Amino acid sequence: MPLSFLFAVLLLLSIVGYQLGRNRAVATVDGKISRLHSVPSYYGFYVALWAGLPAFLITILWLVLQGSIVDALVMNSLPAAMTNVSAQELTLLRADVQNLAAGVGASRTPDPSMLNAAAYYLELRSIARWAMTGLAVVIALLALSAARTRIKPALRARNQVERTVNVFLILCSLVAIMTTIGIVMSLLFEALRFFGRVSLFDFLTGLQWSPQTAMRSDQTGAVGAFGAVPLFLGTMLIAVIAMLVAVPVGLMSAIYMSEYAPLRVRSTVKPLLEILAGIPTVVYGFFAALTMAPFIRDVGLALGLSVSSESALAAGLVMGIMIIPFVSSLADDVINAVPQSLRDGSYGLGATKSETIRQVILPAALPGVVGGVLLGFSRAIGETMIVVMAAGLSANLTINPLQAVTTVTVQIASLIKGDQEFDSPKTLSVFGLGLVLFFVTLCLNLVALRVVQKYREKYD
Amino acid sequence: MTNVIANGRIVADYRSANYTKQLKARYQAERRFMYYGIAAIAVALSMLAILVGSVVLKGYTAFYDTEITMTVMLDPQLIDPAGTRDSWTLRSADYQAVMRAGLYERFPTVTGRDERRQLAAMLSPVSAEDLQHIVLANPSLIGTKVTVSAPIASDIDQYIKGNIPHTTGEGGGRVSEQQGKWLEALSQDGVVHRAFNWRLFANVDSQQPESAGILGAVVGSLLTMMVTLCMSVPIGTAAAVYLEEFAPKNRWTDLIEVNINNLAAVPSIVFGLLGLAVFLNFLGLPRSAPLVGGIVLALMTLPIIIIAARSALKAVPPSIREAALGIGASPLQVVTHHVLPLAAPGIMTGTIIGMAHALGETAPLLMIGMVAFVGDVPGGVTDPASVLPVQIYKWAAQPERGFVERTSAAIMILLAFLVFMNAIAIYFRKKFERRW
Repeated sequence: MPLSFLFAVLLLLSIVGYQLGRNRAVATVDGKISRLHSVPSYYGFYVALWAGLPAFLITILWLVLQGSIVDALVMNSLPAAMTNVSAQELTLLRADVQNLAAGVGASRTPDPSMLNAAAYYLELRSIARWAMTGLAVVIALLALSAARTRIKPALRARNQVERTVNVFLILCSLVAIMTTIGIVMSLLFEALRFFGRVSLFDFLTGLQWSPQTAMRSDQTGAVGAFGAVPLFLGTMLIAVIAMLVAVPVGLMSAIYMSEYAPLRVRSTVKPLLEILAGIPTVVYGFFAALTMAPFIRDVGLALGLSVSSESALAAGLVMGIMIIPFVSSLADDVINAVPQSLRDGSYGLGATKSETIRQVILPAALPGVVGGVLLGFSRAIGETMIVVMAAGLSANLTINPLQAVTTVTVQIASLIKGDQEFDSPKTLSVFGLGLVLFFVTLCLNLVALRVVQKYREKYD
Repeated sequence: MTNVIANGRIVADYRSANYTKQLKARYQAERRFMYYGIAAIAVALSMLAILVGSVVLKGYTAFYDTEITMTVMLDPQLIDPAGTRDSWTLRSADYQAVMRAGLYERFPTVTGRDERRQLAAMLSPVSAEDLQHIVLANPSLIGTKVTVSAPIASDIDQYIKGNIPHTTGEGGGRVSEQQGKWLEALSQDGVVHRAFNWRLFANVDSQQPESAGILGAVVGSLLTMMVTLCMSVPIGTAAAVYLEEFAPKNRWTDLIEVNINNLAAVPSIVFGLLGLAVFLNFLGLPRSAPLVGGIVLALMTLPIIIIAARSALKAVPPSIREAALGIGASPLQVVTHHVLPLAAPGIMTGTIIGMAHALGETAPLLMIGMVAFVGDVPGGVTDPASVLPVQIYKWAAQPERGFVERTSAAIMILLAFLVFMNAIAIYFRKKFERRW
């Protein structure tokens, strides 16, 4: 029985519970609703919550625990000779049994005991599924009838329902915190495993990046090098090129839009610029790889320069285009927040418009502009698709924008594709890179948000 | 500057040549500055135009392709020599050979081994699919002649569209001179003609450009968006309601707030790593599934929705709340009966914008294995699936020329979806916008 069916049944029971509770509450006071503590619908919600919530929570708990319990039972059913091996082989054995059960080929020729175990596994799973469904429905029914019998005119149904809803609201607001904790924990946990094999110092200062470790230990070049400096440099190079495009263009267009443009121009151009922010990054990547990169290579050839077909310049320019709207909309906001009195004062002293902008408005708006630029920079560092599609994979230690460089995000995306075992340094290095990426962008964001916020308070 | 002395004070002489020159320079600087602004906007907008233009120019040809319509003999010797007519034989028969035979028949003078191979190469490797369906549906047709339409080989199609040059060289070119001549003969007979490329919309991904379509990716995207919507809207709205209406102002809620603002700026690929480590490795959820993709995207869009919902709630004037409280509503009733309905259009607008953002997202989905080849339309949220942007990414990496235009076409379709969603959001904002 699929899980969605169980949830549908629970939902149905809740709806039934709502009706039952509401009707019973009205019946207990013979229709004189004013004698009830709460509005009748609250009695309905009270029963509905009791019918749905406990059963739902039990189901979730069951689903979380089921996997490991079934695994343990199945492994115990195998002969001791097979299970008496290293932890790694045990994992392999478990995966084989599960694959056999799922009808996919295992990594070894299955012997009878494994086939038995696979059958046992399937049996246990179907038992567990049925037991879970039965348990959930029984609990839902019991809780429903218990809650229904507790309905009396004096029952403070509203308070109880509202307390439950309040807990739900608090839990939802915690999801964001949980997400951050989840990100930090998962990155930290796997990164620590990585730094157990490759020293942190080597990772942060090494100049050689070649994570392709050999499959067998007797192959040549078996030792991968995990010095991430070329990646950091490549990331910086592309991000700096992007900011060289985005900051002047974004800032100047923001200035023009907020100070010069007539309302009609502003109301057409602003949405058009926002389209740039709405285009998916994979489209920018396609543009960078198939239009910008060949164009730059052709221009380079015409000028007699040798340009790599995956040059940092192409990826950086297109990334700059992507970031223009971020810079311009944030700069637009802060420029508009500068009080009119400052402009009037400057005009009164005889300054022209551009002099006012350059010498009064921009200095006043500077913290906000800097915040916007920092946010744009953090976005450039974390941007993935453009560089995956347009920048190279080879980790060159160079600041020549015409050559191919690779970035942190490119390496993350290219090393983790497909199924790979989770204990090779090659895979784990991704989490080390992810950790660095997360902390650098975190610091940039925190500083930028603080700067922007501080500045806003000043003129409010 | 020349100064004059008037009434014992030094003042500027506004009529002096020096001063006029300086003023002129200042006005010129003024104009220059304005032109910089116009130039900046022109650069940004022309980049937008070039980007969209290059995609459209590369991709519009993908909406039609070249078909070859032939009458072929369903030779029993080729399809079912034993005459058993059982479904396995019929399914696995070499229909490509039937198609080839039909083409050879059209050019009886071509007999050389090499020439015949060149001739056969003009047919797509998937050209026999239709024929197979026809025979499977009606095995009694074996031995008769049927007329079928099939896509022509992708290289020939690209050659017709002018994307591959005519090459006369030996080996180097992908379309030989001889093939060009045959093609001319075929199109004069009306055998080769242009047709709407329905395969682009009705097929799933394929290694052959001529039969590759986006149906699987579109369904995958819909399933993923469904999961994202079901998770992010209730959680996001509830979190916004709590923070805006109920939460006490203290250090803890400040932390939540900073945290939400910060999550909105975390690189998307980091969310992918979270999904990989937590949902795939720790919780053991299925790889490549819309379920996991949807959850990851929901966590990613959550900050956007919370921020939008909070500003929508903030826009509801306090007088509404006070009036409701005054007539005896509980705080929760105030929110559910009055504030939320009034804030709903704003929340909806924010949700649609968040969904559009999630629909175009690629990087985190690469991390959770949605990049794997999927040859079926996904039937549920736990089936392996791909999504539209990932499909674009995968096609963009294919070397065949035929995939370039299909990538562009897929981009156009994705952009059309996004424009549609944003148009709805703007419509909602315009329609329900309320000034208090």
